[in-house]
Amino acid sequence: MSVSRAIAAAVLLALCVWGSARVTAGGFAGLGDDAAGFAPVVPGREIVFPADFGAHPDFRIEWWYVTANLKDASGADYGVQWTLFRQALEPGPQRDGWASQQVWMGHAAVTSATTHRFGETLARGGIGQAGVEAQPFQAWINDWSFKSTDAHDAAIRALTLTAGGKDFSYALTLKTDRAPVLQGDRGYSRKSDRGQASYYYSQPNFEVSGTLTIDGRDVAVTGTAWMDREWSSQPLAAEQKGWDWLSLHLPDGEKLMLFQLRGTGVGDVYRSGNWIGRDGHVTPLASGDIVLTPGEARRVAGRALPVTWRVEVKSKGLRIETAPLNADAWMGTTFPYWEGPIRFTGTHAGNGYLEMTGY
Amino acid sequence: MNLATLVIGLAVATALWSGVAALNAQARASYDKAAAVLGEAGAASFVAAGSSFIPQTSYVALRRAGLPVSPVLEGTLRIGGVSYRVVGIEPLTSPKSSAGGHLATSADLEAFLKQPGRTLVAPETLAELGVAPGAQPATEQGRTLPPLAAADAVAPGLLVVDIGAAQTLLGRDGQLSRLILAAGAGTETRALPSDLRETLRIEKADETGDLARLTDSFHLNLTAFGFLAFIVGLFIVHASIGLAFEQRLTSVRTLRATGVSLKTLIAAHMCEAVMFALVTGVLGVIGGYLIAAALLPDVAASLQGLYGAHVGGHLAIDARWWLSGLGMALAGALAAYGAGLLKIARMPVLAIAKPLAWREAQALHLKRQGIAAVVALTIALAAYVGGTGLEAGFAVIAGVLLGSALLLPLVLAGVLRLGERGASSALSQWFWADTRQQLSGLSLALMALLLALAANVGVGTMVEGFRKTFTAWLDERLNSEIYFDAAGVPEAREIEAWLGQRPDVSAVLPVWKAETRIAGWPVDVFGTRDHATYRDHFTLLAQSDGAWDAMRDGRGALVSEQLARRMSLGIGDAIELPTARDTWRVPIVGLYPDYGNPKGQVRVNVDALVAHWPDARRTSYSLRVVPGRAGDLIRDMQAALGGKLARVVDQAALKTMSKQIFERTFAVTGALNTLTLLVSGVALFASLLTLSGVRLAQVAPVWALGVTRRRLGDLEVGKVVLLAAVTAVLAVPLGLALAWCLVAIVNVQAFGWRLPFHVFPSQWALIFALAVLTAFVAAIIPVVRLARTAPQDLLKVFANER
Amino acid sequence: MLRGVDLALARGESLALLGESGSGKSTLLHLIGGLDDADGGEIVLDGVHLTGQSDGDRSELRRERVGIVFQQFNLVPSLTVAGNLAFQARIAGRFDAAWQKELVGRLGLEGLERRYPEQLSGGQQQRVAIGRALAVKPRLLLADEPTGNLDEATGDDVLGLALDLVAATGCGFLMATHSTRLAQRLDRQVTLAKGVLVVP
Repeated sequence: MSVSRAIAAAVLLALCVWGSARVTAGGFAGLGDDAAGFAPVVPGREIVFPADFGAHPDFRIEWWYVTANLKDASGADYGVQWTLFRQALEPGPQRDGWASQQVWMGHAAVTSATTHRFGETLARGGIGQAGVEAQPFQAWINDWSFKSTDAHDAAIRALTLTAGGKDFSYALTLKTDRAPVLQGDRGYSRKSDRGQASYYYSQPNFEVSGTLTIDGRDVAVTGTAWMDREWSSQPLAAEQKGWDWLSLHLPDGEKLMLFQLRGTGVGDVYRSGNWIGRDGHVTPLASGDIVLTPGEARRVAGRALPVTWRVEVKSKGLRIETAPLNADAWMGTTFPYWEGPIRFTGTHAGNGYLEMTGY
Repeated sequence: MNLATLVIGLAVATALWSGVAALNAQARASYDKAAAVLGEAGAASFVAAGSSFIPQTSYVALRRAGLPVSPVLEGTLRIGGVSYRVVGIEPLTSPKSSAGGHLATSADLEAFLKQPGRTLVAPETLAELGVAPGAQPATEQGRTLPPLAAADAVAPGLLVVDIGAAQTLLGRDGQLSRLILAAGAGTETRALPSDLRETLRIEKADETGDLARLTDSFHLNLTAFGFLAFIVGLFIVHASIGLAFEQRLTSVRTLRATGVSLKTLIAAHMCEAVMFALVTGVLGVIGGYLIAAALLPDVAASLQGLYGAHVGGHLAIDARWWLSGLGMALAGALAAYGAGLLKIARMPVLAIAKPLAWREAQALHLKRQGIAAVVALTIALAAYVGGTGLEAGFAVIAGVLLGSALLLPLVLAGVLRLGERGASSALSQWFWADTRQQLSGLSLALMALLLALAANVGVGTMVEGFRKTFTAWLDERLNSEIYFDAAGVPEAREIEAWLGQRPDVSAVLPVWKAETRIAGWPVDVFGTRDHATYRDHFTLLAQSDGAWDAMRDGRGALVSEQLARRMSLGIGDAIELPTARDTWRVPIVGLYPDYGNPKGQVRVNVDALVAHWPDARRTSYSLRVVPGRAGDLIRDMQAALGGKLARVVDQAALKTMSKQIFERTFAVTGALNTLTLLVSGVALFASLLTLSGVRLAQVAPVWALGVTRRRLGDLEVGKVVLLAAVTAVLAVPLGLALAWCLVAIVNVQAFGWRLPFHVFPSQWALIFALAVLTAFVAAIIPVVRLARTAPQDLLKVFANER
Repeated sequence: MLRGVDLALARGESLALLGESGSGKSTLLHLIGGLDDADGGEIVLDGVHLTGQSDGDRSELRRERVGIVFQQFNLVPSLTVAGNLAFQARIAGRFDAAWQKELVGRLGLEGLERRYPEQLSGGQQQRVAIGRALAVKPRLLLADEPTGNLDEATGDDVLGLALDLVAATGCGFLMATHSTRLAQRLDRQVTLAKGVLVVP
């Protein structure tokens, strides 16, 4: 998952916990604050499975993020989002029971061309209402879960994914025979020129089947899903006010992740990305290699949002234009943002997910 | 001076009215607030079936089954000798509309969740504890509260803490009181996990609705009192405006003669009335605010005592009672102006300015009042005979009071005529005759005094009677030495076993409880065991033969007076009790008084209770103990049983508590009573002040004939005191009538119980003295003014160029 | 208000005090009657010095030695004619039933005794006022425009009655009036102009 996704998650959780959005010298909602006391993100730490499928409570924030591009029998497109955030309110020894400093938040959504349904749920750590275990893998908050179907599977190859709100739910099966992809420098992902970083790996190669339920009507679907795992203690630079993030399923099994962080100044933009080959080989993309041009703004939930984008990766000869499946994929959660499935055409064609925050 | 009287009169009337309106608004706001801490009105919750607490694991299980529940732990703890209700909430899952839900989106959440957390309290509670925000008072168990923080949304007397902190403070780790369901969550659609079905039951109780409904009659009482006070105030205004119009007639006539149209004149007067109403209304509302602020502690105490409802001690300014106060002032002013305007409208332009001869005017007036009195009394009678409900009760009281008030001048005139006939000296003859003449000007104020005194006698009689009855009843009702609640059913069994081995315990009596609703009214069903404690001491108002045997065998039920009255049931009838599954028809074998309980109550055999309500709360007991051993036993119980006891209290403490509740219940009644008397004093004072100008013309000739001003002053005081004294004597029977109405009609309707009627003559003497004192104080200033009037002013009366 | 007013009145003598409105007639009358206190000067009534006396003493003097008749009658409205007639005499402790009966007769008030002032005509009321003033058998009868509120015939009638009674009781009679015609019916006349006495 991208740095922008990281920031999105962190800010979402932070704002949920701390209240209103504040852009101050201290950064977004205090996320640029001193991370003293939390475990630091350092280069050279080896990502180890299955242990690193589980939670890292000594770090300030962490998330399990799944997006899926799906189709039903008639060929209609759907998108699904499943996210579990963890935040430690305080550093220090982990406390049990209600005294636990861990707070959990889940976001889930189903998007079609005509509707976008979402849900949000919160839980305290320490009492078993929400949590993540590495082996066998299971992540849950209330009755939402993302868990391994095989107790002895140490590599999360087969999972179920469930969530629901008052007017939607889904139950999906995710399968893959590919290994997770370590992002950045063997999982150490630099986030800014000033040292912000996270531990980061992805699994962009899930094959999905299952059922969506919207207003009580079941829809059988199949497609692909992308999982991001990231944890950090200070993921954010101080002056960044929003970001745009893309995950794209390219033809022939290639994957592309791109993001840009929008600073407070004009042209103050930090871009990054990864090109993931069919064989899982990762090619980091430099900021200057990427062009992201917003299309015409559209009013969504009272804000002007560029729901279409022109994307170029010069070194790979990629030049595409993206369009949302549903321009109204607004997540009206405690801290609202746009997140939804997209299609793209141009030198390459395919689908993926777009996230936009800070508008 | 007349203007001052007007302003005082209407402002005082408005003040009392808006004061009461403010109190009502405040109380209602507090109910809402109290309810909002846990969720919006009507929110259902899961509670433990047959136990006091839910294990926390059940909460997690329900959550993981997808039920949108939020955990709550409630309890009480004591700080510095004062009890506080602790509510532990989980802000992340609290219903969005609740105080906890608001917390989840507020900037305070982080501090609330992080160590050491926060104790959210009303600003009043902070003041009561006498500490600054951030303080961490210790409980009597030596536990430290999380730092205090003021929160307006929290009801007074409440400590809102995180659920985890609540478990620590109350010593209930892993235990919860209830699980609130989010509003709109269907409780039937999503079944409970099978292993929880037996241990939890849904409680749909709409506590807020109950509180509002239960307190309705109290607020109606308060409103009636406010209205009485307003009427008393209107008397003042009406009197002075009438006078003002008399004085103004000449100039009005001149204006009319010079061609000012009637329409213009009336419009001008209306404008004046509105301006006047607005100015005095604002003054009145401010006064009302002050009155309400002063009375609020009493009202809060009354509501707490009667219904356990918490009312905030910090008065909020609410647009509703501002407007209601202004509206009443406007209505009052227009009503008072109306008569005068009518007079102007009917007045021929060129009529000779002949003041109506007082004797004829008085006779006419008395006749009219007599007719009105008869009408009022007839209405009262009709309401008594034909009416039902609390409103009819108040109609009876209003009719009786109004009718009697209207009759007062007639009676006073008669008394004065008798006095005149019996008088021998010229001066005493003049005294009686002149008092009679003065009656017209003072009658409104005297009516007000009569009403105030009667209210005092009536309410005093009722409260004293209640006190007497209640105390005797408490002594009979509370004869077990110790009362305790167990933390849960297994704990209750352990405690029973433990108590069974104590030689100083002569009986362990279960007082198990189920809750039901009959015709929408909450009813507690208690299960007790057959025992001499009940057979010998439990007061019954009526019973059938073998009532206790029928109770023992589960063939009969005892029903509280309230419930019987409400359902129109009596001995021999069967009461239908909705149980968890069906309806249980059980014959009523006895009726018992249950003073002060806003809910209905039924007593049955404990085994029958459990048979019909398997989920009955089986944790409450009373104990019969060898004399003198109760204190030791409680200490031993606390030491040996610890957390297995949810609560233990001895008889003396319970009695003290009940008596405190009683005293608080009528605290506001006493305060309003005093205020009403005060207003009538003001009315008398205002009338005397207004009259003193007119009085000069009556007194000056007598002075000229050689009576000193001092002597005249004494006589003037004598007149007022005489009138007040006669009024006070008349107020006693009226007060007794009022007391009877309260006891026999209003209490029965409002609370569901009827009190024996007692009379307290010593009260009357006090009230008589109070009336005379009121009159004396009211008269003294106008009279001193008269006695000090310079001869020149008296001589002006004789000036030819008048 | 009044300057250098020097006036003496013998027993049985009647004196008319003439003057325009506001000339000070009423003030002088009030001073003599003990209703008001003078700033200086000397008023001697039946050998008693009025000036500087207490309110109580002046009240006693008014009660027992002075009868006053006002233009506005100023009867006590709560008392009957009989009550009004007897009022001053009774509070002074000098009620004389025979004299009262005679007064009723002389003033032509027979049959009206049980009526109240408001039920009487102006002339009748003033006759009651005169009767009330004389019931106490005063040393001095003061009258302040006694006919001012009456028509001419009634006024003449009432003044005639007053003069008859004054003659019968032998008291002094001081009447303030602005009518020279009425003044001519008294023994002597003095005129008060701007607070100064002008003796013709």
